Amino acid sequence: METQLGTTDNGVNIEALLGAREALGQAPEAARFTWRASNEWVRGTHSRSAIDGFFGLGEEHKHRQTSTFDTDHPEVFASDDQGPTPVEYMLVGLAGCLTAGIAAVAQNRDIQLHSVKATLEAGMDIQGILGIDSDVRNGFDGIKVHYEISADASAEDIAALVAQSQKRSAVFDIITNPTDVTVTVG
Amino acid sequence: MTSRAQQGLAGTTDVVVIGAGQSGLALSRFLIDRSINHVLLERGEVANSWRKERWDSLKLLTPNWLSRLPSYAYGGDDPDGFMDMGQVVDFVSGYAGMIEAPVQTHTTVQRVYRSGDGYRVATDRGDWQARVVVLASGPFNKASVPAVSAAVPAHIHQVTALDYKNPGQLPSGGVLVVGASATGLQLADEICRSGRPATLAIGEHVRMPRTYRGRDIQWWMHASGILDERVEQMDDLARVRKLPSPQLVGTPERATLDLNSLTDAGVRIAGRLMGVRAGKAQFSGSLRNVCALADLKMNRLLNSIDEWADRKGLTDEVGPVERFEPTRLDATARLGLDLAGEEIRTIVWATGFRPDYSWLDVPVLDRKGHLRHEGGVVDAPGLYALGLPFMRRRKSSFMHGAEDDARDISRAIAAFLDQTARVPFLGIAV
Repeated sequence: METQLGTTDNGVNIEALLGAREALGQAPEAARFTWRASNEWVRGTHSRSAIDGFFGLGEEHKHRQTSTFDTDHPEVFASDDQGPTPVEYMLVGLAGCLTAGIAAVAQNRDIQLHSVKATLEAGMDIQGILGIDSDVRNGFDGIKVHYEISADASAEDIAALVAQSQKRSAVFDIITNPTDVTVTVG
Repeated sequence: MTSRAQQGLAGTTDVVVIGAGQSGLALSRFLIDRSINHVLLERGEVANSWRKERWDSLKLLTPNWLSRLPSYAYGGDDPDGFMDMGQVVDFVSGYAGMIEAPVQTHTTVQRVYRSGDGYRVATDRGDWQARVVVLASGPFNKASVPAVSAAVPAHIHQVTALDYKNPGQLPSGGVLVVGASATGLQLADEICRSGRPATLAIGEHVRMPRTYRGRDIQWWMHASGILDERVEQMDDLARVRKLPSPQLVGTPERATLDLNSLTDAGVRIAGRLMGVRAGKAQFSGSLRNVCALADLKMNRLLNSIDEWADRKGLTDEVGPVERFEPTRLDATARLGLDLAGEEIRTIVWATGFRPDYSWLDVPVLDRKGHLRHEGGVVDAPGLYALGLPFMRRRKSSFMHGAEDDARDISRAIAAFLDQTARVPFLGIAV
């Protein structure tokens, strides 16, 4: 490794993360977070979601700003294409989570990153969602993520960063493992 | 009154050691050297877990030359071989006889609690009173089975690695083996060879070749000091203590047991078992990553071995540098398995073991049920442990790892007894 100990700066406050790990290990109830989104139908397949606040460390938190996300279907689905499809947002979530993890793990391992770029693709047979063939699942038949990373580290150490990021990733876990989903109507 | 009270006090001593396996016996040897009174209470015979709680084909993961106890080593004609369970029992029993360890067999500890200036150890053959108690009953008393087992359809036969003896006890038909330690791989391998179609569900695991550059991998780890690494050197002690055992098997051929060899034998590989829903087992889509992690970590181990061999100038004495084929996986991962039909008849849970502390009535367990201790010095005066994974060193739970830990703990016990013994004397002096 080229970098001297302590000079690596990937913009990650690793001391705070390690401190949180230590503190929350002693107070596991504070580690319980609740993430929230709201959604409202606009027209056709177009709807708008908003992210505003979340619960964690025993109290409510507000994001610095409310974010809104338009989702729609493309014109080939006879829709107006007012935004990305919901499944594309899944890729956004996965990419955001893995890349954040790479930066954090790199900081912890004292590896200076120069650039981290990912491309993602997911296959889907839409016979599933159209109800043509009940043997075809609705969702992706697989996701491929490809990273190009420039860093002061060997190819093996970079591969280890990406592997460790998957191991610690929430979205990777949500996508690869079953999650209990409850939908109610009020 | 209770039957225990009627049985009365079986004895008073300085140290009660619970368990007469390699750890308890190694400690006994050092306590004898220090002339410290003690007794070993053993629920069955010496080396009971090795006699009763292992599968038929199991052999030690360490070669015979490495199997040793204080002042006692393997003396047979196959130093590079691996002991089967009968040989382990003979080896450990021979040691107990040689050192004349004060073992009281067929004595089951029912409760340990604080009493007077020490502990009361209640057994089915009377109570013992001692200032020091050592938990040396082993880390593998109970099978850990994940909660998902409750959702498995009733017609499927479930067996843990503690109950499993050989493939013949399983119904014919498909078997799902859950877990990728040495146990899971060994069982999947022999079950598959018995003609039962086997699927192995794997999470994080530790991959290792049996031999490397012409030497046993345990030779490298022993000689280069990896097995002597101490808990103080570990960044994440909780993680290394939880690591599954390395994927090794002891065979005369010194064959490597890994996921590739299992695939060649016909075992189907799936991701970690995450759930059972509507009669289907659900496997994680993280299989590729757990295999990538294991391959990377194996190569890191081999790199450190190569660097050590270079530093020691061993390059001419050992074979050439080797690197092994990455774990081969199918292009499409298997994410589900039908448990409702006929395909799977048995699930074997090779999902780890845990110690049994149900009789320990001293508040020394954390919220996860783990013993609170530092290097075997338990968080209660006069209470010690031995033989736990990575207790003081990487080798702590190995046969040859008992010696150094037992020596350290015997020193701690002697100091503790001296200190407590000195109390009345100081009282008089003041």
